[in-house]
Amino acid sequence: MFSREDVEHISTLCRIGISEKDIEPYRIQLSHILNQFEVLQELDTENIEPTTNPVSVGTVMRDDEVQGSLTKEDVLHNAPVRDGDYFRIKVVLEE
Amino acid sequence: MGLNELTIHAAHELLVKREISSTELTKTCLDRIEEIDDDLKAFVSVTKEKALKQALVVDKQKSFENETLAGIPMQLKDLICTKGVRTTCSSRMLENFIPPYNATVTDRLFDRGAVLLGKGNMDEFAMGSSTENSAFFTTRNPWNLGCVPGGSSGGSAAAVSARETFYSLGSDTGGSIRQPASLCGVVALKPTYGLVSRYGLIAFASSLDQIGPLTRDVKDSAIVMNGIAGYDPRDSTSIKGTCPDYTASLGKGLEDLKFGVPKEYFTEGTEPGVKKALNAAIKVLEGLGAHLEECSLPSTKYALACYYIIAPSECSANLARYDGVKYGHSQRLAEDMWESMELTRKEGFGAEVKRRIMLGTYALSSGYYDAYYLKAQRVRTIIRSEMNDAFQKYDALITPTSPTVAFNLGAKTADPVQMYLSDICTIPANISGIPSISIPCGFDRGLPIGMQIMGPVLSEVELLNIAFSYEQATDWHNIGPSL
Repeated sequence: MFSREDVEHISTLCRIGISEKDIEPYRIQLSHILNQFEVLQELDTENIEPTTNPVSVGTVMRDDEVQGSLTKEDVLHNAPVRDGDYFRIKVVLEE
Repeated sequence: MGLNELTIHAAHELLVKREISSTELTKTCLDRIEEIDDDLKAFVSVTKEKALKQALVVDKQKSFENETLAGIPMQLKDLICTKGVRTTCSSRMLENFIPPYNATVTDRLFDRGAVLLGKGNMDEFAMGSSTENSAFFTTRNPWNLGCVPGGSSGGSAAAVSARETFYSLGSDTGGSIRQPASLCGVVALKPTYGLVSRYGLIAFASSLDQIGPLTRDVKDSAIVMNGIAGYDPRDSTSIKGTCPDYTASLGKGLEDLKFGVPKEYFTEGTEPGVKKALNAAIKVLEGLGAHLEECSLPSTKYALACYYIIAPSECSANLARYDGVKYGHSQRLAEDMWESMELTRKEGFGAEVKRRIMLGTYALSSGYYDAYYLKAQRVRTIIRSEMNDAFQKYDALITPTSPTVAFNLGAKTADPVQMYLSDICTIPANISGIPSISIPCGFDRGLPIGMQIMGPVLSEVELLNIAFSYEQATDWHNIGPSL
């Protein structure tokens, strides 16, 4: 079961701002969904390997060759705020 | 009969004989979109000028003989990147995102002379089963505008069903092309994981996502597969080796094939009309020479929980990139970078996307990772082995695609878990990485029903043959909505 503190903690971890009024609905919904997962506890998975890729192709290697890439203009085209050839963001560290 | 009502293969024959042009096909589709899409809402954007330009180029330069997809108009789900054409994921987050490159599937289709009509509406970031999670609008079901088309590729299924486009590409993470195809009465193939490149597909859950075609008949599905399948070094999960001709085995028949009908797929929530249609379809398959018997896959009951841990976990990691820095929505009315990021994500994502990111973040967070994500990955192995064992005995498994026909708008929006149950029959194929096709097999209360056929890894040729045999013995694929 989720507590209000859990919801606030998770929203901080994933950087999704949530309004005070949304905490309780999220708490109820997430708890309800989490309850559905309990069924998995019935299964003994002690010696079972986890599946990461259902059709494994193994580790993919390639030669380290120089290849073309997108132009600077293409990369910066969708920038919300651009400063010359840089992405501009809000201040991270206090001055 | 309008040109837009033709199948790909029928239109192709007319193009080869030069009885029609790609421009005519394209204009017919654009007219159809103009006529009905205000009501249907299957397109997020219509690329009219680009389509007419592409059609003109094909008419002038391409020979149609050797390329079945040349000059044929199509739609792409709005999470498949199209260079210079807005690709939104039906999200406020990417409302103005213009990709600087094409997805591999986009490039492959363009190289073959395909004509892009526009981009298909979907549940935001492919999370949902009705398109009601689209940040823009809900697509309607062409058979009944009061019903949902299914999802997440609801815009794709509705557009193909309503004859706005010859085909569409969607993506399937837990049933997102098969379930809407079932609800709209069209054919959808989810290929083996790794068979179609995901380079340029905006990621949702990377160990599950796969691109596949939605078409009006099985032959068209095989034709589109020929156009998109195959190794791509830009997708590290891509399977190496050459692909067969997917049309080659069509018509081979069902003599001596053995099919299992797993009883767990007929759950309490399965509507009587769906059961009835499936039983009738099973009789047809038997009449065609196949041997069918009931079988049991007891781990099926764990699939939904397994999926709803793995998919949100991977989504929370994939969607961490939307930080308002490089592209997408960005809220700068904030004190610092962290507040800017929180507001950006608060405003840019809808309720279901937030729910899944939070769920996934929780499942991956310190102290819970082993209990949830790792546990689910282990359960995934159990489900997968059980499925593989079944294919030692059976050539394919026959089930409903969806336990219900299309439901009313708003019927399942209040309870996320109710909505998740829509994918109960389709999720196991994603968990196992196996191919699965949904084809129309009847109607209930005027709404289409879909039959799902699952086969072992890389059995697409065989699945298409089975689906084709059934389709040719029935008339469902010839019946379109009256819209």
